[in-house]
Amino acid sequence: MIVRDLTELLEAKDRTPETDKNAEVSCGYTCDLLSWVMAHGTAGMAWVTVQTHMNVIAVASLMEMTAVIIPEGIEMEAPSVEKAKEEGITVLESPLTAYEICARLAGKGLPGKHE
Amino acid sequence: MAVLLEKSFPVEAGAFTTAGEASTTIKRTLKQLGINAEVLRHVSVACYEVELNLVIHSLGGTLTLLVDPEKVTLISKDVGPGIPDIDKAMTEGFSTASAEARTLGFGAGMGLPNMKRNATEFDIQSEVGVGTTITMSFALR
Repeated sequence: MIVRDLTELLEAKDRTPETDKNAEVSCGYTCDLLSWVMAHGTAGMAWVTVQTHMNVIAVASLMEMTAVIIPEGIEMEAPSVEKAKEEGITVLESPLTAYEICARLAGKGLPGKHE
Repeated sequence: MAVLLEKSFPVEAGAFTTAGEASTTIKRTLKQLGINAEVLRHVSVACYEVELNLVIHSLGGTLTLLVDPEKVTLISKDVGPGIPDIDKAMTEGFSTASAEARTLGFGAGMGLPNMKRNATEFDIQSEVGVGTTITMSFALR
């Protein structure tokens, strides 16, 4: 799956049109505890979280994730969006719940995190 | 062992919005040096955790990066308040993080154990009223 596939599948708004839409998505994950994600994140991950502050992008960047997906119509904070553009990480805002987002990703064959 | 590179980064207490900047710079620097991806990942995780600890728990401190041909070393040195019970602090799930830090998704009590897990060698020294020094090294071969 590539980033481009996520936008339509999740009925999402892409806040970072500048980033590479052909970037590969390796797996899906959802968690709102950043310290937990630091211990369990992997490269290429599409991470679903309701957190919208700058540290989300710091974590995503350090873990070399591909995309951050914000559920339930929540808006990513503007400074976080700017930081995401700098770091080349796609930020998607979806009207769907985190549960529904993960269900759709899994339905399309995107695996969960693997060690 | 000859030090190839030494860089220090001041980290301000409570500066949540800039938290992670030192770690991002350190990661970028090591990538430019051609450090292998596996080591880079371990350093990045431990570095971010220790930087966040400085922001959340300390009264301010400094993060120092040292690179020699054998290893990468990270030293976090703060000016207080110090940890009264290191064994307790090292326990997974134990945290004294503020409500503000928890709202941001920190304070899961994973920081110190996660650093220890990622580093080849991990040492923590702390004295209440003086400060805490954490030294981590990551073998390059």
